Amino acid sequence: MTAEIGRFCLILAFIIALVQVFAGLVGARRGDARLMAVATSAAGGQLLFVGLAFALLIRLFAVSDFSVMVVAANSATIKPLFYKITAAWGNHEGSMLLWVLILAVFGAAVGYLGRTMPAAFRARVLAVQGLIGVGFLAFIIFTSSPFARLFPVPLEGAGFNPLLQDPGLAAHPPLLYLGYVGFSTAFSFAIAALIEGRSDTVWVRYARPWIIIAWICLTIGVTLGSLWAYYELGWGGWWFWDPVENASLMPWLLGTALVHSALVVERRFALVRWTILLGILTFSMSLLGTFVVRSGILTSVHAFAVDPARGSFILALLVLATGGGLTLYAIRSPVLGAGRVFSLVSREGSLVLNNILLVTITGTVFLGTFYPLLIDLLTEDKISVGAPYYAMTFVPLAAPLLLVMVIGPLLNWRRDSGQGLMRRLGPALFVAFAALLLVGAATHGKALLAAAWLAMAAWLVAGSLLILVRRARVGEVSPADSLRLLRALPAATHGLVLAHLGVGLLVAGLAGASIFKQEGVAQLGPGQSAPFAGREIRLVDVTPGREANYEFVRGRVEARRGGGEPILLTPERRFYPERQSDTTEASVRVTPLGNLYVALGDQATDGRWTVRFFSHPLAVWIWLGGAVMALGGMVSLFDRRTWAAPERQSTPDIQTAASPAE
Amino acid sequence: MKLPRPALIAAAVAPVAVFVVLAIALALGLRNDPAALPSVLIGKPAPAFALGPVREGDVGFSRADIEGRVVLINVFGSWCSACRLEHPMLMELAASGVPIHGIDWKDAPADGAAWLKKYGDPYVRVGNDEIGRLGLDLGVSGAPETFVIDKTGRIRHKQVGPITPEIWRDEIAPLMARLEVGG
Repeated sequence: MTAEIGRFCLILAFIIALVQVFAGLVGARRGDARLMAVATSAAGGQLLFVGLAFALLIRLFAVSDFSVMVVAANSATIKPLFYKITAAWGNHEGSMLLWVLILAVFGAAVGYLGRTMPAAFRARVLAVQGLIGVGFLAFIIFTSSPFARLFPVPLEGAGFNPLLQDPGLAAHPPLLYLGYVGFSTAFSFAIAALIEGRSDTVWVRYARPWIIIAWICLTIGVTLGSLWAYYELGWGGWWFWDPVENASLMPWLLGTALVHSALVVERRFALVRWTILLGILTFSMSLLGTFVVRSGILTSVHAFAVDPARGSFILALLVLATGGGLTLYAIRSPVLGAGRVFSLVSREGSLVLNNILLVTITGTVFLGTFYPLLIDLLTEDKISVGAPYYAMTFVPLAAPLLLVMVIGPLLNWRRDSGQGLMRRLGPALFVAFAALLLVGAATHGKALLAAAWLAMAAWLVAGSLLILVRRARVGEVSPADSLRLLRALPAATHGLVLAHLGVGLLVAGLAGASIFKQEGVAQLGPGQSAPFAGREIRLVDVTPGREANYEFVRGRVEARRGGGEPILLTPERRFYPERQSDTTEASVRVTPLGNLYVALGDQATDGRWTVRFFSHPLAVWIWLGGAVMALGGMVSLFDRRTWAAPERQSTPDIQTAASPAE
Repeated sequence: MKLPRPALIAAAVAPVAVFVVLAIALALGLRNDPAALPSVLIGKPAPAFALGPVREGDVGFSRADIEGRVVLINVFGSWCSACRLEHPMLMELAASGVPIHGIDWKDAPADGAAWLKKYGDPYVRVGNDEIGRLGLDLGVSGAPETFVIDKTGRIRHKQVGPITPEIWRDEIAPLMARLEVGG
């Protein structure tokens, strides 16, 4: 019965979503407060029933009901309960349900927490949000029902992809989806603004907290995904430019651009049209990401549920949402006001540069991701685009972006002078230059590239802290006054500092771990050792064992530097009989200065094991940097200004600009 | 930031125009059959093999057994629960006269034999590939997997995962009929 109730809940949610669209649009048009209230209740109802359906699916997995196809195909009785539950969203059908659940969460949150918004505008936002819900609920009900039955009922399930049996992976998809789907709010707000022909800052002010929340979740999601790839895939890398990884990076890049351009709209009333376009495009990237993963259009280590029928359906949704949104933009945007003018050397100017660079970077990633598809269409050759392409395109574009990141926050709004800027930048320049010399000298001038990138990291860290130093007027007023000023700074400023600081840490980690990386491989029998990266590495022994749902061999590896105490590492290989597949569990010794990474390979016929080692200096800062960036986002949520006050006296000159003159 | 009118309109229409091109490319891309991508063996002759028996007192299964007929080769194992799901379908097909050979993959022959005794035996010939050597040559990524082999011994199709009635009806049956006629 549980499965049938679940299915029924989904159908109810689908109908409620239709009501939400209708009540929202018609209510807003007629100014009918009751109908508009219905749209809000419908958003609540949609959350209730999708949530119920999701809870029922988890229950089906928890009790291992193999009469349900998805459970039989993705679970097994011998699995620990935790992985039975996470298996609920570790498959196509369940993860789409999670997708819609998160959509419903955002819809209901906008409906109930956005009480201060103009009623008609909120109703239209909810209508658009409901429309996305209609599309995806239809997708689930018609092509990917998680509640389909299986007959005859098998005695045992087929198990769960062992790679996904990992705590990091339990949290990774939900967070990634919170990010992806969270950007639906940017889309809904932008579309509602276009429908109303609103050319004021209202939509951005109300959309900004949701955009930031989505950005935070996506930042954590991408960081976790990279962390998982690092220790689970056993390849000693943290980013593989895989189509599916790129699919999560693209909305992140555009979302980052959006967070910044929204700031310009809100504070300075400029980039109005551009920000609406960005809102549409960011969510389109999320949809495209969903499409890429589900359709199997690009081959990837991640792709699951490869099914052209589903691919066509999602493509249709993408065409409707993005195509519809962009068409509306084509019709309505010329009517919108153009916003205020500003000088190139100004905070706005730097943010425009930020947007141009971020969008261009997104473009290169997009091209790299879809180029194989294009070539396949034109010439039927199967090619893949790898790291060298991104090293040539992504990196040179990232460098100016990182330079601007420090300059921007030190500029005044509207107009500034180059001379004043140079004076303000002095300390950051000094620190960066010092770092360049220091690293250059320490490596005897042999690693200039690394020195340059580490100098860039120092520039970012120093430049971010410089914001605080300047706002607190350190040196100009007494330390006690500085402290008081620091405390009085708005949360958004602390958020900005943290987020930019996080990028600095990330750059340090990436530079250290990719440029100073060392790797080695050795065939070792028990008791044998090999030298690696200034250490001596000894394979003590390899012992087999068994856990509830897998068998394993565990190596004990000692790494000793000079005459110091040895560090013990325990890499494993696991074999999951239910799926007949292996996973590698690398063992990583993590320190702030660098990681020692050991992975156990195959056993040769002579009994020796292939052991692979990597040394990744500073690698931990890659993920800590991501975490600090997300933290910055969270801190800025505590700023009162992020959660728009109902009406702020703003921008009296908009109305004139809005009328389509000339 | 005041743009002249035509520029304004061009800027407004450009995004949707670009998107239309992209959507067409994606739609065309969908026609690529993703399942066909990983198998480089399609169209190639099946590798030579000679497998030992699974059933007691049997002769096993070798390359010579598949020559001259359009056949299915099904990769299974007694440990594989999805094979258990697929099994009734195979029994049905065998009963209706479809020639199916089996490869008992990464499995002890005794376990395979017991499994066939318990659930029924749909196979004309069945051989044991305990170490998975033939599986490797065929590019088997998991069980069940089923290959369609034409009269000349070439691999024409690879089905990853259980054969469902829909897959049989829509893909495999028409393909086998075509191969039967076309030679």
